[in-house]
Amino acid sequence: MTTTKREKGLIVIQLSGGNDYLNTVVPYGDGRYYDSRSKVHIPQERVIPLNDEIGFNPSMNPMKTLWDEGKVAVINGIGYQNPNRSHFRAMDIWHTAEPDAIGTEGWLGRAIRDIDLQGDNVLTAVNFGRGLPRALGCPGVSVASVGDLATYGLFPDIEDEELRMFTLEAFSRMYGNVAGRDPVMSLLSKTGQDAYTGADILRTAPEQYSSTVEYRSDSLSQNVKSIAQVFLADLGTKIYYTQHGSFDTHSGELPTHASLWDDVAGSVGSLMDDLKEHGRDDDAAVLIFSEFGRRIKDNGTGSDHGSGGVAFLIGGAVNGGLYGEYPSLAEADQLEGDLRPNNDFRSTYSAILDKWLGLDPDPIVNGQFEQFDLFRS
Amino acid sequence: MSDSNIELMAHLMRRAGFGAGRDELERCADQGYEATVEELLDTSNANNMPDDLIRRYHVEQSELRDLAGSAAYWMYRMISTDKPLEEKMALFWHGLFATGYTKLNQARSQLNQVEMFRRNGLGRFDEMLLEISRDPAMLVWLDNNDNHGDAINENYGRELLELFSMGIGNYTEDDIKECARAFTGWTLGNAEYMAVRAQKDSIWPYGRIAWHYDYRDDDHDDGEKTFLGETGNFNGEDIIGIIAKQDATAEFICTRLFQFFAADEVTDEGRRAIDAMKETYFESGYEIKNVLRTLFNSEYFRSNEARFARVKGPVELVVGAIRMAGSYQTPTLGIEKVSNSMLYMGQGLLQPPTVEGWHEGVEWIDSGSLVERVNFAAKELSNTESPGVQAIINRLAESGGVLSPSEFADGCVDLLGPIDVSDDTRSVLVDYAANQGDLDLRNREPGGESEKRVGNMLRLIAATREYQLA
Repeated sequence: MTTTKREKGLIVIQLSGGNDYLNTVVPYGDGRYYDSRSKVHIPQERVIPLNDEIGFNPSMNPMKTLWDEGKVAVINGIGYQNPNRSHFRAMDIWHTAEPDAIGTEGWLGRAIRDIDLQGDNVLTAVNFGRGLPRALGCPGVSVASVGDLATYGLFPDIEDEELRMFTLEAFSRMYGNVAGRDPVMSLLSKTGQDAYTGADILRTAPEQYSSTVEYRSDSLSQNVKSIAQVFLADLGTKIYYTQHGSFDTHSGELPTHASLWDDVAGSVGSLMDDLKEHGRDDDAAVLIFSEFGRRIKDNGTGSDHGSGGVAFLIGGAVNGGLYGEYPSLAEADQLEGDLRPNNDFRSTYSAILDKWLGLDPDPIVNGQFEQFDLFRS
Repeated sequence: MSDSNIELMAHLMRRAGFGAGRDELERCADQGYEATVEELLDTSNANNMPDDLIRRYHVEQSELRDLAGSAAYWMYRMISTDKPLEEKMALFWHGLFATGYTKLNQARSQLNQVEMFRRNGLGRFDEMLLEISRDPAMLVWLDNNDNHGDAINENYGRELLELFSMGIGNYTEDDIKECARAFTGWTLGNAEYMAVRAQKDSIWPYGRIAWHYDYRDDDHDDGEKTFLGETGNFNGEDIIGIIAKQDATAEFICTRLFQFFAADEVTDEGRRAIDAMKETYFESGYEIKNVLRTLFNSEYFRSNEARFARVKGPVELVVGAIRMAGSYQTPTLGIEKVSNSMLYMGQGLLQPPTVEGWHEGVEWIDSGSLVERVNFAAKELSNTESPGVQAIINRLAESGGVLSPSEFADGCVDLLGPIDVSDDTRSVLVDYAANQGDLDLRNREPGGESEKRVGNMLRLIAATREYQLA
C-alpha cells in the first residue's frame, strides 16, 4: 500500500483572490510603474533587486535567499488568451486547464489518475486545508483532505481499542458496498474506504517527524509544516496542495499584501530549510500561482482584478532564473488597462508534468505547449 | 416499519430546520403537514439561549469582535432556537451573500448582517437586495466604500449581478459598470474618519467603532445610465427594481432555494416545483415566504424523490447532531472547538472561502471532510448522558425492554431519523447488534452496559453513508 521509496513531490501553493503581480515582482526600474501606481506601490529603495529592472517585494527576503542559491524560477507574464476577471471562472481555468470551456476534471486530478492508474495509494495526493480545490478533483480519483494532521483518523474518541477495531470493521463493511446505481452513494462508499485506509497511515507522519526548523504561526506556515511532515514520512505522496489568502486587495492593499507575502515567503523558506536539513531539498518542487494579477493603475488604496500574473517554481532541482517576459507597461501594449500575458500557464504545467512527474502532459492540459527549461537535468 | 407521517415530518424538519426528535415529530404529525409548514414559516418571537446567560460564561461572546467566539455565538442560536427556519434562512443568505471575516476583521458587523438576515429572511427579495447593498459588512467586503462618483470600483456591481441575483450570462460588462455607477455614494458613515483609523490601527482597521451605512449624495454619480436596456438617472434602488423583475432573477433565487431546501439535483419533477416557485415569486411581489410555502407544499417536496436528495452541509450536520442529542443546552466552555469542527468539514460560519460562498452537494464530501463528519456525529450521538440519547433509550425500552438484534438496530435507525438505510447497511448494523445478543434495557443503570450498547449503535448509525444525507 505505501512505499518507503523517496519520491519526488510537487507542492502547490495557491494564492487565492488574485495576487498583485506588480507589487510582488516590482518593475522598479520603469517610471511608468510609479506613474500608474501613484498610491499603491513599493518605493524603489525598499525593493529587493533581482536586476536593474525588477525586484522582489520587501516581504520576500526568504525567497531572495533561495533565488541567490539558484533555486527560484520566476515565470513572468503567465496567463492565457482572453483573460477572465471573475475569481471563480479564472480559478476554474487554472484548475481545469480549460480556458475556453467549462472543465470538469482538475489538471492535478488527471495527473493523479495517470500516476496511480489502479488507485492503489489513497495518499498519492494530499490537500491541506478546508475543502478540496477543483485542481485535485477528478471522478474516481481519491485525494485525502486534511484539516488538522494531528487529529486525523476515524473514531479517535473510542478509548476501548477492541471496540474501536470492531467499529472500524463495521465501518469498512458499510462503505465497502459500492454496488448500486446511485452516484452519491457510490461516491460516499469510495470516499469512506479511502478515508479508512488513508487515515491511520497519515497519522503516523507527525510522530515520525523531528526537525530544528521553526515554522511561523500563520495558517499557511502550519499547513506547509504538515506538508513537510507527510513528505518526510515517505508515504508515496506525489502531490501536496494548500492555499492562502485572501489576495483580493481592492483596498488597504499595502499592509495586507505585505503580511500575506511574509506568510508565503516565510513558509517556503522554512520548508526548504526543513527539507535541506533532512537531505531532501532536491526532491521537492514548489509551484506558487494565483488566478490573475491586478490592474496596472491602482484605485487609490488597492487594485482591481486584472490579467497577466507571475508564478514561481522553487526547489533544489529547479533551474533558477527568469522565464517569460515581464509584460510591457506601455499604454499601447496593455490589455484594457491590464498586463498582457505572454506565456500560457499550460506551458509551465506541461514542464512540471513532463520533467518532474514523468507524465505525458498533452492529454492533461488539453494540448501541446512549448515548455520552459524549468528543471536542472 | 416507521409511520409514513413521521417520515414525512422528519423530512420537513430536516429541511426547514435542523431535524427533530421523536416527541416533536409526533406533535407535528398530530397537527398536520400544512399546519406545521405554517408554524415553521412564522418566525416571529423566537426563543433561544439568552445573551445574558451566554455572557456570564463567555467573555469572547460579549464583545463579539473575534471570529471564533462570534461563530460559536451564532451556533448557540441555531442549537437553541425554537424557530429553526429563521436560522436556516439566515444560513441560506449567508451562503448566498457570502461575507467573510478574513477581510473584515470585524465579526460584530457580520453578526449584524446575520441579524438583518433574520429580520428580512422571509420578506421581499428586492428589499433584501436593498438591505444587503446598505449592509456595512458587505460595503467593506466588496469595496463599495471605495466606489466613488469620479472613480468607480466595480466589485460590488459585478457580484450583485453575477452571484447575488441573476447569474453570469444575463448582462454585459457595460451593465456591470452602469450598475457600479448607480451604487456610488453608498458607503460607510464617517468614511474619512474610518479611513484615518484604518491607517493608524491596522489590525482592527475599522473595528473599534461600529460601522453604519451612509448615503453620500456628493459622491454619487447622478448621470444617465443604461442598465439592462432601460435608461435613466438611476440610483441603486432603481437598479434593484430592474433586477428584481427579471426572469433570470426569479430563476436564480428559486433554484438556489430549491437546492438549499429540496434537492441538490434538479430532476424533471423538481423543475416543475421551481416553475411553481417562480410563479409565486412574481405573483406575491417577490415574497420569499410565499415562495418557500409553494416549495414545501409542492407534490415534489413531499414525494419520496425529494427524501435524502441532499448531502447535509456541515452546519446542518453539526447542529442537527447536537439538537438530536440535546447537548450544549447551556453555555459550555470550549464551545469554539465545536463550531471549529464545521470549519474542518469545509463550512466555517462567518468565513465562507470566497464571495461565491460554498460549493454544496457532493462537493461537501471528500475523504478529509468525511472523517470529520463521521467523527463529530459519532461522538455526539454516542454519549448516553445526553438528554436526546436518553430519550431514545427510553423509547427503545417502551415495548417490554428486551430487543432482538434486529429490533435494536431498526429501533435506533427509526428514532435517529427515521433514516432510510440500505439493506447492506442494515445487515451490518444487525450483525453489530448481534455480537452481544439481545439488548435488555429492563434493569439498566445510567451509563451501564446496556445503555452503552445503545450509544455504540447510535455511533455506528451516525457513521453510515445514509446519515450524510438530509
